[in-house]
Amino acid sequence: MERPLTRNIHPNRPPLTLKEYEMAGGYLAVKKALSIPPKEIIDLVKESNLKGRGGAGFNTGMKWSFVPYGENSPATKYLVANADEMEPGTFKDRLLLEGNPHQLIEGMIVAAYAIGATTGYVFLRYAYKEAAVKITNAINEAYNAGYLGFNILGSGYNLQMHLHTGVGRYMCGEETALLNALEGKRATPRAKPPFPQISGLFGKPTIVNNVETLCNIPHIINNGADWFKNLSYSEDGGTKLYGVSGRVKHPGCWELPMGISIRELIEEYAGGMQDGYRFRGVLPGGASTDFLVEQHLDIKMDFKSVAMAGSRLGTGTMIVLDDKTCPVGFVHNLQQFFAHESCGWCTPCREGLPWVEKILWSIEQGQGKPGDLDLLDQHAKLLGPGNTFCALAPGAAEPLQSALKYFREDFERHIRNKQCPYD
Amino acid sequence: MLSTEEIKEIDHEISLVPYKKAACIEAMKIVQRNRGWISDDALKAIADYLEMSTAELDSVATFYNLIFRKPVGRHIILVCDSITCWIMDYKALYIAIQKQLNIKFGETTTDGKFTLLPNACLGCCDHAPTMLIDDDLYRNINADELEMILNRYE
Repeated sequence: MERPLTRNIHPNRPPLTLKEYEMAGGYLAVKKALSIPPKEIIDLVKESNLKGRGGAGFNTGMKWSFVPYGENSPATKYLVANADEMEPGTFKDRLLLEGNPHQLIEGMIVAAYAIGATTGYVFLRYAYKEAAVKITNAINEAYNAGYLGFNILGSGYNLQMHLHTGVGRYMCGEETALLNALEGKRATPRAKPPFPQISGLFGKPTIVNNVETLCNIPHIINNGADWFKNLSYSEDGGTKLYGVSGRVKHPGCWELPMGISIRELIEEYAGGMQDGYRFRGVLPGGASTDFLVEQHLDIKMDFKSVAMAGSRLGTGTMIVLDDKTCPVGFVHNLQQFFAHESCGWCTPCREGLPWVEKILWSIEQGQGKPGDLDLLDQHAKLLGPGNTFCALAPGAAEPLQSALKYFREDFERHIRNKQCPYD
Repeated sequence: MLSTEEIKEIDHEISLVPYKKAACIEAMKIVQRNRGWISDDALKAIADYLEMSTAELDSVATFYNLIFRKPVGRHIILVCDSITCWIMDYKALYIAIQKQLNIKFGETTTDGKFTLLPNACLGCCDHAPTMLIDDDLYRNINADELEMILNRYE
């Protein structure tokens, strides 16, 4: 089984230096890409069917193709690596950032060249201190070797790259809010259109891609679209970094073919549930996805299959709910997070999420009222897609609505017995 | 108010962006790194230097979780309170910290040594529960090890 993204990542040693990375085939993709017209690179990435690994799952090559190109396009364009991984339950990009920073930088150089960007940013969350050091080192090494800066490898192409560390706000992961943060503003989302591909950072065409997405690029350039598609067990190309956390025997993160089943991930890779605990449900792709339950264990973890089961692949990092953990408390913890991290820009999110959080807290404390579940059902709809400015509140509504569907008896029991049955 | 060193660093950040104001978060990070927090005087000095109003800069400062507008201790403890750490009983760790330091979330010890803050997912869900003290990440923490960990800090 091929593992292109993690092949050169060794947990017990520092990441490859530039020299070691080159010995392992690193930066060959940059050399190759700089000799190909940018449009051909975009077509190759489109053809590979690489879908954005940040959660939305949009075709990456297609996204790049929306950037204006040619003589009449703006001279300044930007590429941003979204390394603001702050979704609860998600810990995949940390592995790539700390384990092989040159792979990300190489992917960024190729992506920037493809869209004609002359400046690249790595937008890194504050908590990833080790990654900050390693990326800074790797950027410096890449400048010294002529992979960054002016006239890269004699091609005439110029690219500057900067590391920007955030100051803590989940909203920064939303691409337009991230751009506001990079401009020194509050990280509130922007209205679309115009899309960032046309008017992004400082009003210039900008592509924001997830770290894992960008790390795939060098391998697609080196090996081709068909190779990439064949890595997968599903119609989505490539491998995927999957993670499992919660009360399983061996929580962890693994690179596996896109489309592996939930059962295989939990039972084989994560070693099954810890002794004394039974599986009750799972958020398949981070905190903002719908619960799936036992009947879904054989679902394939790819964008379409998980969507057909009523949830989202999201970041591919799953959080397991066991039979001794209270589903109401679980959802309360999530809503507390979303309510705190709401940027306050639009009313349903700013007002609705704290309300939901308070209702769940009172239910958990044994002070729930019979009408509370209707109110929560109503909120789950009102906070859903189409009613808010960005995807934060709809994301928060996903675990809530699915918990009300699959674990309703737990909510009712709390209200009926005026206490949490799990205490 | 701003030191020569700080101004030099802020000028470098300004050189990387199209207009001064865009460097405001970086400027606050620089000052906070030196002084621990952003006082009203520091806020005004940064705003003046970047030719923006203090109100505008304060609106940015207060938006972000880790720009401190109140004095903090010499060391910042960030305890992950997000979902996987919650499942894996981060509360036992929190209670142990409360007992040891006699502070709750949002508070600073009377000797000014530690400030304790809750933190959204630290991205180590496979090693829950976790906490970050300054630049040091602690994973799979057992509440019994806490005293030993805290004693490392002066």
